[in-house]
Amino acid sequence: MQSARSVSVVLAGSGGAGVMTAGNMLLEAAAHAGYYALMTRSSGPQIRGGEAAAMLRIACEPIECMEDEFQVLAAVDWENVQRFNAEIPLGDSSLIVGDPDQGNPPDVFLKSGAARASLPLKKIAKSVPEGRANMVLLGALAALLGLPDDAVARAVERTLGKRPAALAPSLAAVAAGRAAAAGIAVRFPLSPPPATRAPRWLLTGNEAAGYGAIKGGVRFVAAYPITPATELLEWMAPALAQVGGTLVQAEDELASVNMAIGGSYGGVPSLTATSGPGLSLMVEALGLAVAAEIPIVVVDVMRVGPSTGIPTKSEQGDLNIAVHGLHGDAPHLVLAPNSVADCLGTTQWAVQLAEALQTPAIVLSDQFLGQARSVVDRPEDFPGGCSRVTAGAGTPGYKRYAVTESGVSPMAIPGSAGLAYTADGLEHAERGTPSSQASDHFAQLDKRRRKLTAHDYGARWADVEGEPAADCAIVTFGSCTGPVREGLALAAPDGVKARLISLRLLAPLPALQLLAALEGVQRVLVIEQNQSAQLYKYLRAECDLPGRATSLHRPGALQFSPGEIRRHLLEWSRA
Amino acid sequence: MNEVACNAAPAPAMRGPNDYKSDVKPVWCPGCGDFGVVNALAKAMAKMALEPKDVAVVSGIGCSSRIPAYMASYGFHGVHGRALAAGTGLKVARPDLTVIVTGGDGDGYSIGGNHFLHACRRNVDMTYIVMDNRVYGMTKGQPSPTTEPDWDSKLSPDGTGLREFQPLVIALTSGANFIARGFTGDPNGLAEIIEQAVRHPGFSFVEVLSPCVTFRPEQKEWKKIVKADALKPTADMTRAARRLLRDTGFELGVLYAGERPPYAPRGPRALRTPSELEARFAL
Repeated sequence: MQSARSVSVVLAGSGGAGVMTAGNMLLEAAAHAGYYALMTRSSGPQIRGGEAAAMLRIACEPIECMEDEFQVLAAVDWENVQRFNAEIPLGDSSLIVGDPDQGNPPDVFLKSGAARASLPLKKIAKSVPEGRANMVLLGALAALLGLPDDAVARAVERTLGKRPAALAPSLAAVAAGRAAAAGIAVRFPLSPPPATRAPRWLLTGNEAAGYGAIKGGVRFVAAYPITPATELLEWMAPALAQVGGTLVQAEDELASVNMAIGGSYGGVPSLTATSGPGLSLMVEALGLAVAAEIPIVVVDVMRVGPSTGIPTKSEQGDLNIAVHGLHGDAPHLVLAPNSVADCLGTTQWAVQLAEALQTPAIVLSDQFLGQARSVVDRPEDFPGGCSRVTAGAGTPGYKRYAVTESGVSPMAIPGSAGLAYTADGLEHAERGTPSSQASDHFAQLDKRRRKLTAHDYGARWADVEGEPAADCAIVTFGSCTGPVREGLALAAPDGVKARLISLRLLAPLPALQLLAALEGVQRVLVIEQNQSAQLYKYLRAECDLPGRATSLHRPGALQFSPGEIRRHLLEWSRA
Repeated sequence: MNEVACNAAPAPAMRGPNDYKSDVKPVWCPGCGDFGVVNALAKAMAKMALEPKDVAVVSGIGCSSRIPAYMASYGFHGVHGRALAAGTGLKVARPDLTVIVTGGDGDGYSIGGNHFLHACRRNVDMTYIVMDNRVYGMTKGQPSPTTEPDWDSKLSPDGTGLREFQPLVIALTSGANFIARGFTGDPNGLAEIIEQAVRHPGFSFVEVLSPCVTFRPEQKEWKKIVKADALKPTADMTRAARRLLRDTGFELGVLYAGERPPYAPRGPRALRTPSELEARFAL
């Protein structure tokens, strides 16, 4: 049987069936076996105990997105599992594994033409003392994929380490599942993993962003829970305490952002995290941070909007509010990580830039990046530390908002003698005293813009890849980058060649660097996941894109898949 | 704006109240009650010999919220209604500072009402001074939560018909650790109350009757109505609550001085370097 360099598997079942636990173990087992892997999850609308699906992709190369089809759909039972139909595309070479005692798989899955295999999961589980059907399924899937015993055992041991009584029955159930799978003729063996293995990490984008914030120097966080940003804050709560920082739970997002501004005014790099509805509440305070020149980072883990939208699904619909949502002329930073691992580096960079430029930074992550659990190469180390320019105690004639060449003025930190000033959202003169003079307004507006536009952002403004000599280019950002990169590779055998520019710095838009990267290009395709082509319109407004610039955009809930991108690229290349 | 006061930097014991004021001229109307709060605050700071560099006065928006710029300490003049949130973040991040949050009745009880409730129950060690004149003055005369229901105005002809907000009741039931009422016509009494409030651990709330001579000229009569030292401090919440049942709104003094420990971060705090956190991700 031919082996594959990438295999995708779904574990599904009703609430309490333990498919998430089994999915996490399979993910970790793949990692122990030397593979890269990615897991997303979906669950019913119930707060607790609803049907759930763990969707995994395991591969020999690093992966940033799911595939177009799943090879295996395996369910402990089928109650309401058809709900996930749109998220679980199957093909006629796929396999549906089910327990015959739990009825037939839903028609929506059968009509794919997938093969079927029966495993009496519950009966097998009953044959093992304290055995559970989800562990039987784990063993069966490990056998179908050819994952070695020791990798699975290590994953089970790591997960159940705190509950040794559950360990032996679980391992026995896994072994029983593996034995039972011997009767299944269809297999999906993975090709051998890469021989050399650099250190790998298993983490979500939310966790990566939390760690990036700490590496960037954040030591104060104000938190208000919101899906899908909550885990970022929950990860930071104990971690921040361990590095001597503090997290306080706020009463709402108005409070959390203002608390963070208060903490940063006190000299402590500060952050909050939220999603669309929370960001909407925060924009007034972000304007204050712009005017009073107080650094702060807001991680917006975007979800489907508008309003409450679909809290558990991803969309890149907050670009407009992030870039344009503040009233007045309020230049600030907007950055976007383009992979699970990059949530670390980009959040760290956002903290450093906010500190250096004394302005708010919005990090546009999204539900996919934030909640996808991924096996990645240990991310590259970027230099740590903060670089807020502070004023020395007793500086004679100190002016907090002095108009400097760079636009950055040394900030007095409370506790420093002789520098007392009032940080103010009112327009002010250089000393910080309120002013309604046009001349002060011009000078302060100008310095606040200049400090952002004059800054040297270096090479990290984007990831520029693909064929450097190609006369076509794709511009994208965030979680679209993974499927676009893979879709471009899939289209290459059909002659599609293009440069790929994944923007990490969205505001201020590095127009000069972008135009240089597009030098000589005849056609530009802007790809993003929202209904109104927000990035496309923003780029068209900010710079004169060369050649014929078109847009590929559609709203969220479902991520772009590599095959979907490939189909569009083929059309684009012929048009 | 504060260089003059700060650069003069007399020794702490030598500082007088004027050393705690900046050289910025207030925008307030002549006769505004808020001048009395500047004086009382400066007096209290001098009495406590606070270092201006270690004090931050935080506010939102409104006439009274202009006060940070008039003090020689650090100031923060933020957005409308969020002063307590900014003050909370500052104090939690910088526990070494003395944080005094200031503002008016509209800022604190209307747009910022939710933060008032939660600041009381969170009990962070800071002081909240509300200059209550029962009117929005900066926007030229609209009813606030503490305005009498029948007060006629352009925005609410014949009055709002709404019951007044009860700041002391809300503070007590929400968990403020120190609750008092002062009057700007009695700057010495007010200074004493502010000093006690700042010294008391936890969240201290001082409601200050501060007349608006422009839009509520009838408030000039308050000096005849207030009753000095009518409220006596107790740590017994039940006694304080009973006292409030017969409150007219013009009794001055300390109502409640509780013994609840102030907010402190909880949970394990074993110190690590950031890179030690990477063990959580390593396979």
